[in-house]
Amino acid sequence: MIEVDGAGRSFTVTRRKGLLRREREVVHAVSDLSFQIAAGEFVGYLGPNGAGKSTTIKMLTGILAPSAGRIRVAGLDPSRRRTALARHIGVVFGQRTTLWWDLPLKDSFTLIRHLYKVDQVRHRERLAELSDVLELGPFLDKPVRQLSLGQRMRGDIAAALLHDPPVLILDEPTIGLDVVSKAAVREFLRGVNAERGTTVLLTTHDLGDIERLCRRVMLIDHGRLTFDGTLDALRATVPEETSIEDVVTRLYTRTAEPR
Amino acid sequence: MGEALGLARSYVLLAATWVRAAAQYPLSMAMLTIGSFVVTCLDAAAIVVIFVHTETLGGFSLPEVMFLYGTAGVSFALADMLFGNVDKLGQHVRAGTFDTMLIRPVSPFVQMAVDRFAFQRVGRVLQAAIVLAVALARLHVPWQRAWMIPVMVLCGIVLFTAMWTLGGALQFLLTEAPEIANAFTYGGGQLTQYPLSVYGGELVRAVTFIVPLAFVNWQPALYVLDRPDPFGLPYWLRFAGPVAAVTLACAAGWAWRAGLRRYRSTGS
Repeated sequence: MIEVDGAGRSFTVTRRKGLLRREREVVHAVSDLSFQIAAGEFVGYLGPNGAGKSTTIKMLTGILAPSAGRIRVAGLDPSRRRTALARHIGVVFGQRTTLWWDLPLKDSFTLIRHLYKVDQVRHRERLAELSDVLELGPFLDKPVRQLSLGQRMRGDIAAALLHDPPVLILDEPTIGLDVVSKAAVREFLRGVNAERGTTVLLTTHDLGDIERLCRRVMLIDHGRLTFDGTLDALRATVPEETSIEDVVTRLYTRTAEPR
Repeated sequence: MGEALGLARSYVLLAATWVRAAAQYPLSMAMLTIGSFVVTCLDAAAIVVIFVHTETLGGFSLPEVMFLYGTAGVSFALADMLFGNVDKLGQHVRAGTFDTMLIRPVSPFVQMAVDRFAFQRVGRVLQAAIVLAVALARLHVPWQRAWMIPVMVLCGIVLFTAMWTLGGALQFLLTEAPEIANAFTYGGGQLTQYPLSVYGGELVRAVTFIVPLAFVNWQPALYVLDRPDPFGLPYWLRFAGPVAAVTLACAAGWAWRAGLRRYRSTGS
């Protein structure tokens, strides 16, 4: 479902040196990234801040074109076939909403229906289903700006799934949520993956997400993939640590040192 | 062609959703529409005040100036209502909302243009249309030359839209650039309200050959009003509006695409 082969993305940064002198520097946000995700998998994508997680997500969704390598999502090249790909993927950015601040939630969903050209009957069915499971009913008429973070996140997740995509990509979907909202979001994502067979890739800093949801974990650091395997295999890399927190802390600090 | 129709359809459906959302506050919507109508009427009143003191302005009578004002006004107001948002690209990039547009299956250009579609701007279109109607009632343009009027309004819309698009495209490189574009769009809207003959020859040449604002109304209006060109520019320029509009639109489309390819998103 997702194929990444030697993908890299570099940015040229110009830095001011004195009044007129500028220095150009190439920064590699992601380099030589390769992995494959099959249909129906649930994969967690871990890495410290600035490791290249969001850059990867942006390349997978077509927002950024890779500067090297080859990427296929649902059989399409994301940056070249961005609009076609949009119909096959659902995207959630935990840090920002894809909804419209001033519109009631249900009007946001209507806009999304028109953007994806979903027909009205199917849209109504799907919305009823999603608002039932995500319990959106009580705040469907409220403007998005008045929603609590937990409500907004549930709204955002519903918005990403209204067109019933086979792939769901989430960038920190549980960030800032309280334990109850977090549990609700996790339970829902597990259901989507188990019942509809939706392929899920999620980035997170919350290891609880990983432990409860992901059968497979990928770890990125300094723009390179440093681990790809099951949760147990991840634990086994640092046998002397018992909690997953400590394992990951060790991995983050270890890979930060020069090799 | 089918693609263009699809985009137009998306635009209409999205705009309708925004209008319906705004219509939940009918009083506010009515006030804003009336407000935009009244404010622009003051604009037209300024022209009448000028004519209290003088018989002609740059060699043009009051109805002729109203004709120039009306045609430019309708073009500008319609372009602004439909596409004026395109120059907010910098804001969208900084707020990260541009990323969310890129994950939708509709061109980000359409999404930006229709974002918060403001129906109340129709007040300004209406005001300009009334001024144009009054001017035409007093001018008695023969029908042999009247065909140019819809053509010039359409070209005007394309020209203003293209300038906004260029302004938007520039912000892919410099996120703080909307003011540069506004100098040409809002500035151009103001400039074209009066006969270009009140300005200097150098400026007129610049807005004819560099930034083709003269084709919004000035050149075709010389044809409609059957006037000699005060600057002695060639007669055929009066028919060059569509060429100027298509050329600028192509340049704007190219710049937009080039900008989009270069887009680098923001952190997080």
